[in-house]
Amino acid sequence: MYTQGLLHAKDDDRAAPEPADRLARFQARIDAEEKIEPNDWMPEAYRRTLVRMISQHAHSEIVGMLPEGNWLTRAPSLRRKAALLAKVQDEGGHGLYLYAAAETLGVSREELMEQLLLGKAKYSSIFNYPTLSWADIGAIGWLVDGAAIMNQIPLCRCSYGPYARAMIRICKEESFHQRQGFEIMLTLARGTSEQKAMAQDALDRWWWPSLMMFGPSDTQSQHSDASLRWKIKRFSNDELRQKFVDATVPQGRFLGLAFPDADLRYDEAAGHWRFGAIDWAEFRAVLAGNGPCNRQRLAQRSAADERGRWVRAAATAHAEKRRARAAE
Amino acid sequence: MSERAMPLWEVFIRSRNGLAHKHVGSVHAADAAMALQAARDVYTRRGEGLSLWVVPSSAITASDPAEKDMMFEPTGSKIYRHPTFYKVPDDVGNM
Repeated sequence: MYTQGLLHAKDDDRAAPEPADRLARFQARIDAEEKIEPNDWMPEAYRRTLVRMISQHAHSEIVGMLPEGNWLTRAPSLRRKAALLAKVQDEGGHGLYLYAAAETLGVSREELMEQLLLGKAKYSSIFNYPTLSWADIGAIGWLVDGAAIMNQIPLCRCSYGPYARAMIRICKEESFHQRQGFEIMLTLARGTSEQKAMAQDALDRWWWPSLMMFGPSDTQSQHSDASLRWKIKRFSNDELRQKFVDATVPQGRFLGLAFPDADLRYDEAAGHWRFGAIDWAEFRAVLAGNGPCNRQRLAQRSAADERGRWVRAAATAHAEKRRARAAE
Repeated sequence: MSERAMPLWEVFIRSRNGLAHKHVGSVHAADAAMALQAARDVYTRRGEGLSLWVVPSSAITASDPAEKDMMFEPTGSKIYRHPTFYKVPDDVGNM
């Protein structure tokens, strides 16, 4: 998800040498827990890492509207429909907060959107999986938003001020998402045997992709060190993944559902739930564009952009006409 | 994509009467009316405020962070601007 972009970091970050004393002063500010603000001096690699992370996060929010939007017209009750509509609207809002935060780093939203539509920018691998049943909406809220919260809470303390402020707003809103998802799962799990089977099927399909959201294992992720040193990230991928598993397994047991992992067991001594091996080949394939829905998601995004073009053109023309009349 | 970029607006919200408007973020919009609409949709989905301002970002003049010492440091040494600089005997009571 939000950390996956670091996989694709180009190592041209050190193109222009930066004065050692400035770098040292910058690191001293970070170490003193000072926030960095848009016009402050920052190393080029810090700026690029943030643009990559924040824009990827924004893209994830926007693309994340698609799998859930798929069930808006088929929600089982008005209550569920109103909640899902509010949630999808929130995701759109989160995307916009984040594009605005990225823009403070000197890149425009249009450029970022263009990179997404051209397939040059990444978004969370999780949104390339299909939502086949209503239970998937429950599983997304419970697991996907649960994993997102785990990742996002430490980002509220990110060293870059605009990103941290956006994350604070997002985290406040995200908590509703997770609870509405869990409520859907609970209702299904306590329902008819058919409903319970739906909930189990959703957990079976979403569990492993949710664990993959935290990005590659620490032994594979080459950019974590700098991100931790700059306090962009506060915890490594594996640390966050373990926190998520520890928090989520008891919830799943409360639901009376089984996790699709024969190796899942509680490690008394360490106080952690130990899980089986993640299929990293699947993760890499989805990230490389070969997940179940990659092409569909980008096609939907492109179509939305295309269909909205006349609206943007009309709004701009209208504003220009009003300005011209006012000037007369 | 040869579309012209939409202008940027800074958004300020008064959360309740008695408090000042506070900066919350920014939106893109073609004109002020649409900027207000967008700000309402993006920043007030949960009763965050009673009043909204949108200001063209280009209308804001900001101080240069590189000059912050020159701008703000001189007040650091003027401790006589604070009430605690002055000694008042205890017998006088609160002042």
